[in-house]
Amino acid sequence: MSKSILSARFQLDRPGFRLDVDLQLPCRGVIALFGHSGSGKTSLLRCIAGLETPRRGKLSLNGETWQDDNHFVPTHKRRLGYVFQEASLLPHLSARGNLNFAARRAAEVVTEAEHHRIVELLGIGPMLERPPAQLSGGERQRVAIGRALISKPRLLLMDEPLASLDQARKQEILPYLETLKTELDVPIIYVSHSPDEVARLADTLVAMEDGKIVASGPLTETLTRLDFPIKLGEEVGSVVEATVAERDAQWQLTKVTFDGGELWLRDSGHAIGRRVRVRVLARDVSLSLHQHNDTSIVNSLPAVVEEISTEQHPGMALVKLKLGNTPLVARLTHRSAHHLALAPGKPIWAQIKSVAIIQ
Amino acid sequence: MAPTLRKQYLLGLLLALTPLTPLAQQVSVAVASNFIAPMQEIAAAFERQSGHRTVVSSGSSGKLYAQIRNGAPFQVFLSADRDKPAALERVRLAMANTRFTYALGTLVLLTSSSQADPEAMLQNGHYRKLALANPRLAPYGAAAMEALSALNLTDQAMPRLVLGENIAQAFQFISSGNAQLGFVARSQIARDKSFDGRYWLVPAALYRPIRQDAVLLKRGADNPAARALLEFLRDETAIAIMRDFGYGQPGEE
Amino acid sequence: MGFSAADLQAIWLTLRLATVVTLMLLLIATPIAWWLSRTRCRWKGVVSAVIALPLVLPPTVLGFYLLLAMGPNGPVGQLTQALGIGTLPFTFWGLVVASVIYSLPFVVQPIQNAMEAMGERPLEVAATLGAGSADTFFNVVLPLARPGFVTAAILGFTHTLGEFGVVLMIGGNIPGATRVISVQIYDHVEAMDYAQAHWLAGAMVLFSFAVLALLYSRKRPLLLK
Repeated sequence: MSKSILSARFQLDRPGFRLDVDLQLPCRGVIALFGHSGSGKTSLLRCIAGLETPRRGKLSLNGETWQDDNHFVPTHKRRLGYVFQEASLLPHLSARGNLNFAARRAAEVVTEAEHHRIVELLGIGPMLERPPAQLSGGERQRVAIGRALISKPRLLLMDEPLASLDQARKQEILPYLETLKTELDVPIIYVSHSPDEVARLADTLVAMEDGKIVASGPLTETLTRLDFPIKLGEEVGSVVEATVAERDAQWQLTKVTFDGGELWLRDSGHAIGRRVRVRVLARDVSLSLHQHNDTSIVNSLPAVVEEISTEQHPGMALVKLKLGNTPLVARLTHRSAHHLALAPGKPIWAQIKSVAIIQ
Repeated sequence: MAPTLRKQYLLGLLLALTPLTPLAQQVSVAVASNFIAPMQEIAAAFERQSGHRTVVSSGSSGKLYAQIRNGAPFQVFLSADRDKPAALERVRLAMANTRFTYALGTLVLLTSSSQADPEAMLQNGHYRKLALANPRLAPYGAAAMEALSALNLTDQAMPRLVLGENIAQAFQFISSGNAQLGFVARSQIARDKSFDGRYWLVPAALYRPIRQDAVLLKRGADNPAARALLEFLRDETAIAIMRDFGYGQPGEE
Repeated sequence: MGFSAADLQAIWLTLRLATVVTLMLLLIATPIAWWLSRTRCRWKGVVSAVIALPLVLPPTVLGFYLLLAMGPNGPVGQLTQALGIGTLPFTFWGLVVASVIYSLPFVVQPIQNAMEAMGERPLEVAATLGAGSADTFFNVVLPLARPGFVTAAILGFTHTLGEFGVVLMIGGNIPGATRVISVQIYDHVEAMDYAQAHWLAGAMVLFSFAVLALLYSRKRPLLLK
């Protein structure tokens, strides 16, 4: 895989808002732009796409300059794909018509096989002949994603593609997005305000607030920062990359292993050897000085306290743990932290109540 | 204020505001467009002399005719021709034995440029467009066609004709320079010195007399002011005004 | 009764005039409408007002000033004379020019509204799919604005069919060139030939009605594969 760098510097002024970013990232996998509404993530995405004309801007992808002080490559000449928040299929064309519109303008010829593959990947075969007005929100979004991919872009930009869908539709589409990650080689910049989506999809996390980048780095490392600048509330937690090791048919459980130990969780049908992501929320992690077997909590793992933070919540403390090289976050009362005499470096047992495979 | 007292008060107010005295009446007159200028002066003179009031509306004879047929409240009609008053008489919208010729129209040939001789231009064909009123609609247009025929110039002129809806429009075509020559009524240039030397008085022998008839309409039958106005048109004062505008009188054919 | 030869000639001439004018208007109005729908230039309001002037001017007034302007002493007339094509009043093409000016707002506004209604999104979508400006205009904007074009064409055509005041001023009533139906009906009324007037007017109403009914009841599928 080529190691390309995305380098972006923008200053954009709009009434009541100012975007000011300077970003250098390895351009592979899924880069999530995360933040609340108004944080500037969509504006940044649009600047990268060339849909906004910032006062000052520099943008280059793997050495190819798309924008600098002297020139500006227009959007239609940038080999990128863009999925808008509301699918935005061209209403005068059928789903197939939309795909063909993109295929005909691709920089390289799109073969039948490639066309077919996209259709299969997104499961949009049955709806090709229908006009957008006759498709559901989820179907439209899948067609829009297919349309963005069919021209084999060098970069795929997605602006909160699930935001306008209800829960059921979201759950329907997320697997397709996960498949895209593994099946296609195209880097994705994914804008979202949902910690759940970010946890499921992102490899790199860029957090934004008030038009500025406030944190960026690999997902787990950045997400588990106790000083993570965006309030996550109940969503504070960690994402662990693990492998399916065993399946227990009798108890309907699956065991996954990672470098910090192993976890038993509800069986969800994944095959042995499969790489999965596991989300561990801070509120589901409790701590004890000794290992306990007389509890309903299935998972109990040895860990080391790395850091304690009390600023974020009144009366509550966040404790960052390391299990091997994997960080976890636990949330307990300040009183308990004091009672257990927690301090950096102290060995501790982490009790993990419910764990979900999110991929 | 008690109701009956209020009624009397309002009635009194209304009467006090009514401008008409029992003796002076109002007459509404429909006048063909080509005669509007002299008519305004004649009406003023009439009002001074008789104390009656006039309300004058103008338009093309055809339009006025259609309006009268459909109930327009005119009481006297001054047409540009003889046909329309006669037609109104036939359908009993005009009173019998009240029709008479109040003026004779005079045709002139006008040129848009101040240097040229219109008669020579016509004879020699030194023009691109010749304007006249639509002969189907306007007696002056019909008279112009008769004059052309009498001069044996019809064939030469036909492809270059532009028709205005009325002589006012024919005049506009000439004054804007779009037609180099045109037939209009003498009354249109009578008071304007700037047209001196630019027109040819078409000899009366070349066209049938343009007799403009007036008639008392049914709605004016009981209005003494209406009858008085028609009488006034035969008065010295009125005739003098008409002559000043280039109109002749019957008997001078 | 029926139509006289002069009436038939007037009908044919009027249809020709309306068709030519509508086609020219669609060509002229489209770039204007596009510019107006997208520009943020400060002259936008002024330009829109100038185009809309024929909506408020009485047609005879408009016709009168065109008569002066296109005449040999007017700016347009001097231009046409310099180009060697004489002057425009009393010609078919003079009527075409006048009709284009007179019906322009009726054609620009529906197209402009349709182009504004589609918003920026389809254009952005097209750009992200690799379509340049011309490509986007022909393959996205025009198809999406089609209802606006249909309305504009209908309005332009029927407005020209019924045009009277302007023709009256600069037509000169020349058979085969400027003697259109509306003037012909007017002349029939002036000459008290009411029966002829009824025939022509009736034919005009029936025709316009047929055109409108046909266009408003079409169920064209919206899709182009």
